[in-house]
Amino acid sequence: MKKIGLIIKREFSTRVRKKSFIILTLLGPILMAAVMFLPAYLASLPTDDRVITVLDESLLLDFEKGKDEIRLRYLPPDKFDFASAQAFSEAQGDYAFMHIPLSEGGDPDFVARNVRLFRAGDISVSVESYLENTLEKYLQKEKLKATGVDPEIIARTKTKVNLRVINTDEGLETENATLIKMGIGYVAAFAIYIFIFLYGSQVMRGVIEEKTSRVIEIMVSSVRPFEMMSGKIIGIGLVAMLQFTIWIGLGSLFYVIAVSLFIDPQLAANNLPNAAANISLPNDGLLSIYSSLQSIDFFGIIASFIFYFIFGYLLYAALFAAVGSAVDKESDSQQFMLPISLPLILGLLVIIRALDNPDGDIAFWFSMIPLTSPLVMMARLPFGVAPWELILSMLILLISFVLLTWFASKIYRIGILMYGKKPTFTELLRWARYKN
Amino acid sequence: MIKAEGLHKSYGDHVALHHLDLEVKAGSIFGLLGPNGAGKTSFIRIINQITAPDSGQLFFNGEKLSASHIKKIGYLPEERGLYPKMKVGEQLLYLAQLKEVEKSQAKERILKWLKDFQLMDWKDKNVEELSKGMAQKVQFIATLLHQPELLILDEPFTGFDPRNTEIIKKEIQRLGERGTTIIFSTHRMESVEEICDSIVLINKGKKVLEGSLRDIKQQFRSGNYDLILEESQISTWPAGIEILSQASLQGKLHLKLKLEPENKQSLLQFLSTKNLHLFQEEEAKLHDIFIQTTAEE
Repeated sequence: MKKIGLIIKREFSTRVRKKSFIILTLLGPILMAAVMFLPAYLASLPTDDRVITVLDESLLLDFEKGKDEIRLRYLPPDKFDFASAQAFSEAQGDYAFMHIPLSEGGDPDFVARNVRLFRAGDISVSVESYLENTLEKYLQKEKLKATGVDPEIIARTKTKVNLRVINTDEGLETENATLIKMGIGYVAAFAIYIFIFLYGSQVMRGVIEEKTSRVIEIMVSSVRPFEMMSGKIIGIGLVAMLQFTIWIGLGSLFYVIAVSLFIDPQLAANNLPNAAANISLPNDGLLSIYSSLQSIDFFGIIASFIFYFIFGYLLYAALFAAVGSAVDKESDSQQFMLPISLPLILGLLVIIRALDNPDGDIAFWFSMIPLTSPLVMMARLPFGVAPWELILSMLILLISFVLLTWFASKIYRIGILMYGKKPTFTELLRWARYKN
Repeated sequence: MIKAEGLHKSYGDHVALHHLDLEVKAGSIFGLLGPNGAGKTSFIRIINQITAPDSGQLFFNGEKLSASHIKKIGYLPEERGLYPKMKVGEQLLYLAQLKEVEKSQAKERILKWLKDFQLMDWKDKNVEELSKGMAQKVQFIATLLHQPELLILDEPFTGFDPRNTEIIKKEIQRLGERGTTIIFSTHRMESVEEICDSIVLINKGKKVLEGSLRDIKQQFRSGNYDLILEESQISTWPAGIEILSQASLQGKLHLKLKLEPENKQSLLQFLSTKNLHLFQEEEAKLHDIFIQTTAEE
């Protein structure tokens, strides 16, 4: 046991002292913050105005001005014909030219069929759909007028509905917080996925390094291969925990700073009434979100997260170590990586389904299969999972962790001393059957 | 020190060791010889408890080999290496601690060894900055830090220049004098003749030759003798002597003879009347014994 302690210490301290670790640890949250805030920032930037020249011979559009970045410039039909209007549009360097022809008998369908948009080059999808919507709106008005219905009445009868969903299943009647739950589930599952991949491959690389530097033979004459493998896995796991903790700490710090610097002033200024109107929450909107959050069992989720985080990593790390032991160089590891990465990626795909239908069959079974359960169960948990399901899933994960680690260590102890030809899967299985 | 009884080890269809019986006496410098793939490394790995035999037993000082013996064994493998990104001093400390040496004691010994091997300036350098020879020396130190009772050296001289080879050879001999049992595995017969007391030769997992170096050389005597006489010509020789070659060089006669042991006495009597410069039995070379015995198999 003392030897495992020494190995853990070495694995931990050599990694934590590396420059790359320090840089990545400090830079990670900045990068993550950038990933989170950059899209919002970019979306808030003003885009180039796009001017569409319109020759509206039917006077259909009623000189509609356009919207934010799409402006419509009308040419008087009595002074321009199609050719001169198009030439004018090109001379002005306008984005596109739209021609709405005159309909003989005022037939809106004729206009709909014959309206055309010209541009030298491809047209932006947003412009195209905006124009189509606008045309449809005005053509509808024309048709209503033709049948004698006042469009004003139609406009007044339009009603917007915000469905208030109540979840009766959670004891107290709370407002539905599906989006928040999906967010929590997704982030938790994704964090485990990243963690396993990032640090599992570090375990693999560490084993390959010991093989290529040939230090392994010295090591195994002092410690048992199993001690080496577990020492390495635990040591790297601790590095990961440290990094993760620092990330969460720094990340929340950055978040608080960013929110107070950029978002709060915006909300406080002119945007607030506007924003509230847009979201159109009921008056007690924020309060209801707050009470919805209270319905989520955060303690249970965090405790389960730590469990799945640790055992998911341990389960996969043992497999990564076995793969590392089987090859001499990293480029040879691809073939053996596939059976490890496949269930992880599959888990990630199933999450999407599980978030949409957390109690469905697919979500249930994949949260039981140990190779995917750390991801899928985390996605399900915020929606509430029956205790027996959670306990069963954890139990299966624990048992498989023990069995897989035992199996992986059997391959590992042979693999680390094998050099030369890259083994096949059958050979790996044969190694596992070797006696010591 | 080490006693193997019926040691058997196979990997799938390949038999690495075939019911091997072997004894290494305490305090001896023991040559473990054999061609590539003979089973030397398998045997060494079993002593180091890296692998376990399929059957048979191994005793260390009369006790059945167990995990408690690991700290009494020092092993310098043929394929050796160190953690490239670790400092020399830290690395040595780590390896010593894994062999259960107290931290303070290990530090003391590391300083002494680094001084002896003129590596003090490199203590805080990463291993990857060392030359190959220096790294080999560090490795050698690592093998000795826990003052093992049994030292296993697998091709210890590969990678050393002649000067460093001399340093290491002296160190091995000094350790041998102090009573450390040394198992010395190599293909280099000249170093075996210089260092070892006794040897075992294995081939295809089986023992083919065993004993003290002297006995084995005795066993493989060729019966050839080199002679130099201050004579121009000898026309008659005693009976039972076969002249393999003769040449006259600077007025001296150089001869190679073959004779049966029972005729030695009569030859010596005959030679006592001549002006004899040199009479020497041609010594059996371990190199030739090695080639001869492994070829027979």
